Amino acid sequence: MTSPWRAMAGNPLRFLLSAWPWRSLAYLVSGLVTGILWLELALVLVVVGVLLAPVGIGIVLLLCVPLSAIGLGAVERRRLRLLDRRPAPSPHRDPHEAGLRPWLKFRLRETATWRELGHAVMAGLLSVAALMVPFVLFVGGVLQASAPMLVGHGDQIMYGTAGTVDTRGEAWPVAVFGVFMTLLGFYAMTVAAAARAALDRALLVRPVEDELVDVRASRARLADAFEAERRRIERDLHDGAQQRLTGLIMTLGLAKLDGGGEWAGRAQDEARAALEELRDLVRGIHPSVLTDRGLRAAVESLAERSAVPVEVDVDLPGRPPDAIESAAYFVVAEALANIAKHSGAGRARVSARRSRKALHIEIWDDGTGGAAVGGGSGLQGLADRVAVHDGTVRLSSPPGGPTILRVEIPCES
Amino acid sequence: MRVVIAEDSVLLREGLGQILGRFGHDVAAAVADAPALAAAVAEHRPDVVLTDVRMPPGFRDEGLRAALALRAEHPDLPILVLSQYVEQSYAADLLQTGGAVGYLLKDRVGEVAEFVDALDRVAAGGTVIDPEVVRRLLSRRREHSPLERLTAREREVLALMAEGRSNGAIARALVVGDAAVVKHVGSIFGKLDLHQTSDDHRRVRAVLAYLREAA
Repeated sequence: MTSPWRAMAGNPLRFLLSAWPWRSLAYLVSGLVTGILWLELALVLVVVGVLLAPVGIGIVLLLCVPLSAIGLGAVERRRLRLLDRRPAPSPHRDPHEAGLRPWLKFRLRETATWRELGHAVMAGLLSVAALMVPFVLFVGGVLQASAPMLVGHGDQIMYGTAGTVDTRGEAWPVAVFGVFMTLLGFYAMTVAAAARAALDRALLVRPVEDELVDVRASRARLADAFEAERRRIERDLHDGAQQRLTGLIMTLGLAKLDGGGEWAGRAQDEARAALEELRDLVRGIHPSVLTDRGLRAAVESLAERSAVPVEVDVDLPGRPPDAIESAAYFVVAEALANIAKHSGAGRARVSARRSRKALHIEIWDDGTGGAAVGGGSGLQGLADRVAVHDGTVRLSSPPGGPTILRVEIPCES
Repeated sequence: MRVVIAEDSVLLREGLGQILGRFGHDVAAAVADAPALAAAVAEHRPDVVLTDVRMPPGFRDEGLRAALALRAEHPDLPILVLSQYVEQSYAADLLQTGGAVGYLLKDRVGEVAEFVDALDRVAAGGTVIDPEVVRRLLSRRREHSPLERLTAREREVLALMAEGRSNGAIARALVVGDAAVVKHVGSIFGKLDLHQTSDDHRRVRAVLAYLREAA
């Protein structure tokens, strides 16, 4: 189903034969009914409410006015489906607590409620006007179109002082004009309905921006969940397998002391190698130094392990949120790994600063340059990691170097 | 020698107790978390404390922080810290508190005799840094660093020194004479601009110089 606007812009014959004018009529008429009904209800509530205000119950009645607008809003969103098949989610959020009182408090604080009230008042008043113009065009058009018939029956059509039509010869042009007016009425009806629907959507439906915020939030939630899972795995390995292996190494040490001989020594070497591998694995999952000491110590630890000498210049006031800190760490880890593997650099530098809005990381190396994002490279994975937090990655890597990677991750402080 | 052990894994706690018992040391208390460690030290006044870095309740660096707090309270209390991972920043924090500290990778315990020897050296006021930390510091070359001035042999000597070994022990490890070691040590002090003040502390300061360099 296309929109009424597009239908009107298309072939006129097809439009006039389509369901649009009739849907529009239904929309305007039902809007008139709901609008008037609400206006009357609101009027009664306000009048009685003001009269009873001294007794106290009047205040409750007055509060019912915005609440009734919420009900009207819900009806209007359903009614929108006559003209507009796009989803029309309610702008209201779920209250944080259950129960009638928290619900009332929550609803009365929402801007959506007051927008709905504004809409209800306006709809009550506008719905008459919205129907009036098409109605006049339509009825007037039909009447004039039937002019030859009327004149044939001996009737006259009078246009005030402008003149009187009473012969068939005069009636025909009037009839043609009438047909034209009727058709114009169809268009006017659809225009009025479509305009009303657009206004209703703007006031009653949750804005698209809100949806976007939701999606972003859920992406960040997913990243947080992923981060928590990494930590859980790291802890499980630390408290489980690593402790047991350490215990085994210690026991084998005692066995050696008791003359366990060559085999105990070999077994110990094996266990140590296994522990070493496990240690590297765990560090790749989530380094404990990051949890304990934050980004600076973790980056220094990376620098210590790096084959290329790395200068660390990390100066952050306080610690960023866990997920962002972690993303920043893995960005640096990936970048340093890339530098060691591909750049041929003799020196590298990692610096990190925090502004009010974001965490800024810069990784520089004096390698041969020519690094590119894409093609499944490590840089792509790095960019993906940053994108989860709505961050940006910028790369300058001319042939001959130097390569500079700038990463910015939004984080309010 | 009376030892207080803090280690949350039952397996390792018992194992450490056994090892120390076998070498004639007396385990005054073996506890599982940082608050219990502080209480045990207050109660038993041990000769040396042996603690894990990661401990309950947070399973972060509670053990290390407990060690630093204990040092602040009892500056002379020898403490050996064990860790599943060695991090230079942990070592630096410990060394800042002065001598009589040790920082070792947990699985060094497997070389039982060497481990007990390291504990004894810490208890005697020495400094023991895990060879892995030292190796990483030494392999980290930076421009204009005094590290650059050391010869390969001097690095080896410094590594052993950082592990808390005496000149005699270093001589045995490198299969050279005592005099050669004394000459290397003097040369290291010279290159790191550590002038004669009190000879014992120069050894710690030499290691500290590296840690600062790296930090």
